Amino acid sequence: MRALCWHGKKDIRCDNVPDPRIEHPRDAIVKVTTCAICGSDLHLFDGFVPGMMHGDIVGHEFMGEVVEVGPENRKLKIGDRVVVPFTICCGECEQCRRGNWSVCERSNRNKAIADKVFGHSTAGLFGYSHLTGGYAGGHAEYVRVPFADVAPVKVPDGLTDEQVLFLGDILPTGWQAAVQCDIEPDDTVAVWGAGPVGQFAVRAALMLGAKQVVAIDRVPERLSMARAGGAVAIDFEEESVLERLGELTGGKGPEKCIDAVGLEAHVGAKHFDSVYDRAKQAFMAESDRPHVLREMMYACRPAGVLSVPGVYGGLVDKIPFGAMMNKGLSLRTGQTHVNRWTGDLLGMIQEGKIDPSFVITHTVDLEDGPAMFETFRDKEDGCVKVVMKP
Amino acid sequence: MRQGRHEAVAIGLAWFSIGLGLAELLMPRAMARATGLPGREALVQLYGAREIATGIALLLSRDKAPAMWARVAGDALDVATLATGEQPRAGAAMAAVGPVVALDLWTAARLQERRSKRLRPVFDYSDRSGFPKPPDEMRGIARRSIPGQRQPATV
Repeated sequence: MRALCWHGKKDIRCDNVPDPRIEHPRDAIVKVTTCAICGSDLHLFDGFVPGMMHGDIVGHEFMGEVVEVGPENRKLKIGDRVVVPFTICCGECEQCRRGNWSVCERSNRNKAIADKVFGHSTAGLFGYSHLTGGYAGGHAEYVRVPFADVAPVKVPDGLTDEQVLFLGDILPTGWQAAVQCDIEPDDTVAVWGAGPVGQFAVRAALMLGAKQVVAIDRVPERLSMARAGGAVAIDFEEESVLERLGELTGGKGPEKCIDAVGLEAHVGAKHFDSVYDRAKQAFMAESDRPHVLREMMYACRPAGVLSVPGVYGGLVDKIPFGAMMNKGLSLRTGQTHVNRWTGDLLGMIQEGKIDPSFVITHTVDLEDGPAMFETFRDKEDGCVKVVMKP
Repeated sequence: MRQGRHEAVAIGLAWFSIGLGLAELLMPRAMARATGLPGREALVQLYGAREIATGIALLLSRDKAPAMWARVAGDALDVATLATGEQPRAGAAMAAVGPVVALDLWTAARLQERRSKRLRPVFDYSDRSGFPKPPDEMRGIARRSIPGQRQPATV
């Protein structure tokens, strides 16, 4: 089969690889009909995620048709259309039973490595390094889905792939980011990063009743899309984020702040700390660029909430934790507990309250995927979200 | 807007460039001695002419990024020349130009960012709301439907 494989930094190729097989009685094999490049895939592409190996199949946003089912899988049958969440969950461990799906205690095959790196292992993920289990990803014609009787979401008739694909990651990620802000009707919610997750966070914050939603980015298309979703847009290259947020909140700052950027914050001459971070990264003295975390801690109104769906991988420094502590800010973060939200979100899609396909700007064949990683990363050609058809 | 601010910095640097250039052109011996380059007055005058030219280019150009990069290139030449000068004056001169070099680099980078942004085509996504109604009518529609979501306090 064809699959997008990682061969090193900035080197993803469409290779021919062996088809996956059922390895466990609860598995299923899914024939991928649609998949997408996630912003966090760019961290793999740019070489910021440790534990990748030559030939690893990437991709964790995918859906398709079940073509083979293990003998102990009572949930799925051949022919089912499913969206597969990016987190692999056993459904039986203590965390899964609590609904903390993204920290499943059993699905990471390389638990010992993750225990050493993070203190405790988190869930296995599709196509996201050997630190999260080394599972083959979904940028492929077929995928083996472990514990396939737990996480996959069956798609009702009448919905297109484009409408439901993002249930597997970025829609619930944006949603969880807003939900964990505990939004009140008089809140201003500021969202750093108007990429796909930021777009969904903007809409989630609005639907959850925020008085005002602000989107912060530098790419005109993303800002235009955020405005369409009801946000006030701040172009951080054109104006001071802190000054503008002050103007919009009567000088008090936003009550809720969402970091939908993560470890690869834009490096620009305007933000000296981002240049500093980039220099430290070059010397391997820091793994992530936490400009947004710093700015959020400074901008947020005292007693506010910082919600961080953006992916961080390792070590950051010069974090103004004094501001964080003295202002009494709460920090809520984590990989998304996808299955906690899929029922409600699927319902909203069916009811027509939201059509997540608005975010798709490019649809290409899987073969053209490697080139689209660059287009997406460089925000060229108006690219906000790339969908691929294997 | 900030664009004006960066251009203002560039214009300030342009006048600085012209002033320095005039000093180098008209007082080559004093400037050469002060910077640890005695006997190289002709070179100092040449650099003075370069400073004036980049200063005028900065003042006259609408897109100031290329002229700003020319100033940065000139800075590199100045630093390389000072590195061959007599100590300690050349070292002191180098320390003095350091902040100016940093400001030049920063301004050039900022102007370049804006230039790149201006030159790329912009796609219009203003119709991509994802909502069936205007955003204002969607505000709060999910507030009561999500289990575990806190409800507004009632007094």
